[in-house]
Amino acid sequence: MSDNNHTAGSDEPREDGGAGRVVGTPSPAEERTLLARDEDGSPARAGAGAELDEKAAKNAERVVATFFLLAFAASVAFIAYYIGWSGRNGGMHGIHRARESNLWLGGTLAFALLALAVGVTIWVRRLMTSKPIIQERHEMASSAETRAAFEADFLEGAEDSGITKRPLLRRTLLLAAAPLGLAPLVLLRDLGPLPEKRLRHTFWGDAVKKAKAEGKKGVRLVVDGTNAPLKVSDFNSPGGMITVLPEGIEESARPANEIAKAVTILINVPAEQFKPVKGRENWHVNGVVAYSKICTHVGCPAALYEQTTHHILCPCHQSTFDATDGAKVVFGPAHRPLPQLPLSVEDGYLIATDDFPEPIGPSFWERG
Amino acid sequence: MSDAQAPKAVAGPLNFLDDRLGSTNFFQRNVKKVFPDHWSFMLGEIALYSFIVLLLTGTFLTLWFHPSMEEVVYNGSYTKLKGVQMSDAYNSALHITFDVRGGLLMRQIHHWAAILFMSSILAHMLRIFFTGAYRKPRELNWLIGINMFILGMLEGLFGYSLPDDLLSGTGLRITQGVAESIPLVGTYVYMFLFGGEFPAGDHGDLIPRLYSLHILLIPGVILGLVTAHMMIMWHQKHTAMPSKNQSNEQVYGYPFYPVFMAKTGAYFLFTFGVLALLGAFAQINPIWQFGPYDPGAISSGSQPDWYMGVLEGALRMMPGQGTEWVIAGHTISMNVLIPALVPLGIVFGGAMAWPFIEQWVTGDRRRHDINDRPRNAPVRTGIGMAAVTFYGVLWLAGANDVLADKFHVSLFATTWFFRFAVFILPVLAYIITKRFCLGLQRKDADVIGHGVEAGIIVMAPDGGFSEKHEPAKEEERIKILSKENARPEAPATDANGIPAPSQKGPMGHLRSRLQRAATFDDIPIEEHGEEHGHGDDHAVGSGSGPKQLGH
Repeated sequence: MSDNNHTAGSDEPREDGGAGRVVGTPSPAEERTLLARDEDGSPARAGAGAELDEKAAKNAERVVATFFLLAFAASVAFIAYYIGWSGRNGGMHGIHRARESNLWLGGTLAFALLALAVGVTIWVRRLMTSKPIIQERHEMASSAETRAAFEADFLEGAEDSGITKRPLLRRTLLLAAAPLGLAPLVLLRDLGPLPEKRLRHTFWGDAVKKAKAEGKKGVRLVVDGTNAPLKVSDFNSPGGMITVLPEGIEESARPANEIAKAVTILINVPAEQFKPVKGRENWHVNGVVAYSKICTHVGCPAALYEQTTHHILCPCHQSTFDATDGAKVVFGPAHRPLPQLPLSVEDGYLIATDDFPEPIGPSFWERG
Repeated sequence: MSDAQAPKAVAGPLNFLDDRLGSTNFFQRNVKKVFPDHWSFMLGEIALYSFIVLLLTGTFLTLWFHPSMEEVVYNGSYTKLKGVQMSDAYNSALHITFDVRGGLLMRQIHHWAAILFMSSILAHMLRIFFTGAYRKPRELNWLIGINMFILGMLEGLFGYSLPDDLLSGTGLRITQGVAESIPLVGTYVYMFLFGGEFPAGDHGDLIPRLYSLHILLIPGVILGLVTAHMMIMWHQKHTAMPSKNQSNEQVYGYPFYPVFMAKTGAYFLFTFGVLALLGAFAQINPIWQFGPYDPGAISSGSQPDWYMGVLEGALRMMPGQGTEWVIAGHTISMNVLIPALVPLGIVFGGAMAWPFIEQWVTGDRRRHDINDRPRNAPVRTGIGMAAVTFYGVLWLAGANDVLADKFHVSLFATTWFFRFAVFILPVLAYIITKRFCLGLQRKDADVIGHGVEAGIIVMAPDGGFSEKHEPAKEEERIKILSKENARPEAPATDANGIPAPSQKGPMGHLRSRLQRAATFDDIPIEEHGEEHGHGDDHAVGSGSGPKQLGH
């Protein structure tokens, strides 16, 4: 190696022009002496780089060894805690023991790692005697001759293989490669079903159809969580909001998927402030309206309702809808109002008489 | 170097390998590889070591995690959720947390390491950008780095979606909405990603898919890129900050073995130790508090991990009115597409293209092994700060609800502020940064031209006082003189009116105008009566002698 061992630790960049000192003003005395004796033999300052003062080195060695011993002790404590204490009374079990074990295991692990790290650092800085060296940098590029020789070899190989002068070979090879490259993509077809009309309807439609087949007017609303049908009289205080689902959704084939589309908020808007949308004058029951809970922006549940302003707010991106005015957008990134569910009453229970009139949730290409 | 014999335990395996691989050639070439020193060179190391911690802790977690959306009833030791229906994924994540010893610790270290991984990559990229370390021949490593950051975002998103808690489900719901907004193929992308409809699809495939992407495919690709990144860095040798002994021809610093090896080993231990400290004492992602995913529920103040915040902010600040179009029966949802694609497209696309744009504008296609000081490239530094500001505004906008709550301002007011700030502040940042850079250049020119105040007051024979100026310290002068002054461009046409090849045509005109705009206010820094250059050994005080200036 062509390392002409050069200057000692006098010019580590971090030591120069340090914070708080005006550039070029008289530097600390130590730095001065280092500058003056530029050639060699400067004392070890940032550790590595020169002869060691044997007394200081012994001292440093003891400090490093102390840290290594601490790391040893912490690792032993880690293992001892794990074997001897974390499993007492039949295992960890529950949040308190989990937290306790986390503190002990994490604390001893961190201590062991950090003590080791500090020890090694002091070792490097105080005990290693390597000096900075200089190595050459080179152009990355190969020489012109190498490039030319490779070019010649490359062309010769192509020539010898015949691919350049036999076009039939070349073209049929390309022809064969193209469909083979597509094959893996074709294999991915069964990743999922085609969208078809899935995004256009919700479980409300199925449930209403089923109810109508049984001679009823529509499907009952049940409260999310309890699955109890909701009476008009149960929800008569203005200002309230609850989350409802169509009755029977828990028994559907894939309840989570159905709930993710059918989840609906029910809001009791004070009658004097309520402005029904044209054509939907009979979709509410005494000011009780139902809107899809799935935000028309990117589909988070629009779960916050501000009673004083009657605004429905989506906590994800703060699309804000006016519950008194057909859930039209008043602020935020959503473009369309929340779809409204037609409500009615049957036997004193709130029911939905049809599916949402439009696809719920975020916009998509085929939505139109 | 000497006749010292290596101990048998070392020589044996070395010779065994060498006989079969010729490996000692490689070791001999590299054992003393020089690594230049600067505090900022450690940022990338943090990223590397947090990646290793991620692999270690992640492997531990896979031993118990069940990537399954099968519905089960919780019967573990966390009493508050006993009897609650949940997916097996969430159930097993709770099991790791409460019933596997060290499980909570590994989960928390894993999450903290992910956050540190992304933060340190970002800091590392900023260091590379502002010092011009991406310049030829290191453009490839710059591109690899940006791609690792993008993959890290995906990896993080998929990772925090796996436990299937309420918060992670919300992230997936947004992913679904964004997928649906893609023109033409959006619904197909949605169906094919989720295997049917959100969340469980037809066969509960989503979490198993995210799992295989998260633990195999993406980390595999990142590992490959990390390897390439390191090998290229090793082969090209690290850049150095301008200082004595550092130049395009040579590199100066401590040898890899033993100094750099020990230092970087200690650095790994520091990184791991700090992560263990965080894992032990700083709670992160307490999934048991969020509860299992319920498509109808959400918690307010939902925040993604920081590296997704910029997308969240873009989605939040985009106005919804007039931005969704229905054309020929097809819906185009610009209110989702623009924030999802444009801001990060500008930041990442711009970052990837920048080295090549800069080369084209400046015409500088030389090799650069010595970093620029940020002040010496005011346009680059200004554009960098504009990008930082742009990203920062979007990122803050992602937390506008938290800001509105903490600072007691109206939520909508914060949104309006960010809508304007995202356009105005980057421009301001550019102007201010460039002024700063030029001011610093002026100061540097002053130090070289007039020296520095010595603190010695001299009284002239006529009674006037003046301060003595002394030439700056050698190391400072080398640093300052590392600036390459803007060179006047060759005239657009030669004596016969033939346009210069680099200025022909509309692109040539554009290039030449951009170059003038980038360099017209350059402040030349040079020593009088001496050729300047960096890396040469200057004798202190040569060239410009001490001068006295009256004040």
